[in-house]
Amino acid sequence: MEHFDFIEMKLPAKPEYVGVIRLSISGIANRMGFTYEDIEDLKVAISEAMTNATTHAYEDNEEGEVTVGFGIYKNRLEIMVADHGGSFDLNEIKAGTGPYQQTEEIESLREGGFGLFLIDALMDKVEIRNDYGVIVLMTKNLSINEVDIDDDQISTTQ
Amino acid sequence: MNINLDVEMIEQDNMTTLVLSGEIDAYTAPVLKEALLPLTKQPNTEVIVDLEKVNYMDSTGLGVFISALKSSKEHSTSLKLIQLQDRVHRLFKITSLDSIITIDTTVRGGN
Repeated sequence: MEHFDFIEMKLPAKPEYVGVIRLSISGIANRMGFTYEDIEDLKVAISEAMTNATTHAYEDNEEGEVTVGFGIYKNRLEIMVADHGGSFDLNEIKAGTGPYQQTEEIESLREGGFGLFLIDALMDKVEIRNDYGVIVLMTKNLSINEVDIDDDQISTTQ
Repeated sequence: MNINLDVEMIEQDNMTTLVLSGEIDAYTAPVLKEALLPLTKQPNTEVIVDLEKVNYMDSTGLGVFISALKSSKEHSTSLKLIQLQDRVHRLFKITSLDSIITIDTTVRGGN
C-alpha cells in the first residue's frame, strides 16, 4: 500500500480559524517542497473550503466543528475538509459558481459563488461529497522537479 | 506574518484612499466592507484601494469588491484598485472580474 503521513486537525467552525488553517497548510506544503506559487494556491483552496464549511453548515449553530485532514504522499498532498453539520444544497451552490461572464449585468452580479470555482481552478483534483455534512476532497500534485520530503541531498549544476 | 487586516483611510479633496495591509479572508472581509462601502456612497468621491501590502486574498475579498463596485455604480462614484500583488491580481484574472473592476496595473515607484 502506498505510504503516506496523515495529519488531522479539528477546528471550531468560525471564520477566525480560516487564517490558522492557512498557516498550517503553508507549513505542511513548504515541508513537502511545493513551490511558492503552489503554496499560495493551496492557501486559497483550503481557505475557500473552510469558509464554506463555516458559513453554510453552521449558520444557526455556533458549536460546530470542522475537521481538516492532510494526506502527505510522496508525489501529492490530499486535503479533506469536512463539516458534520447540516448539509447545504450542493446543486444550488454549483449552479451559482463560475467566472464572471461579459453578458452579466453588474447590478445582478453575485457576491459569493467564486469559492468552489477557485478551488476547482487552483487544485489538480476536486471531489465533493454531500452525504453526511459536506466533505471537500482536493489534491495538489507535487511536480517532479520539486524537492522531495525525503531527499537528503541537494544537487546543483554549479 | 499578519493574518489580520489593517485599514487606513487617507482623504484628500474628493479622493479617498484606503490603504490595506494584511490578509483578506472570511474573518477580515467584514472589516474591509464596513470601511469601503460607505465611501462609495459619498457623492463625487473617487475611491482608491491600495493593496500593496495585502499578501493574501480569497473569494470573500472578491465579494467585497463586487459589492463596492455595485454601490459605486449606483451612487455614480468611482472605484479603483491599485498596487495589487501578483497573487492577488491573479484571482481577479481567473474569475474575469478584472474586466469590470478598474485595476491600475502601473508599475509602482516614481511618484
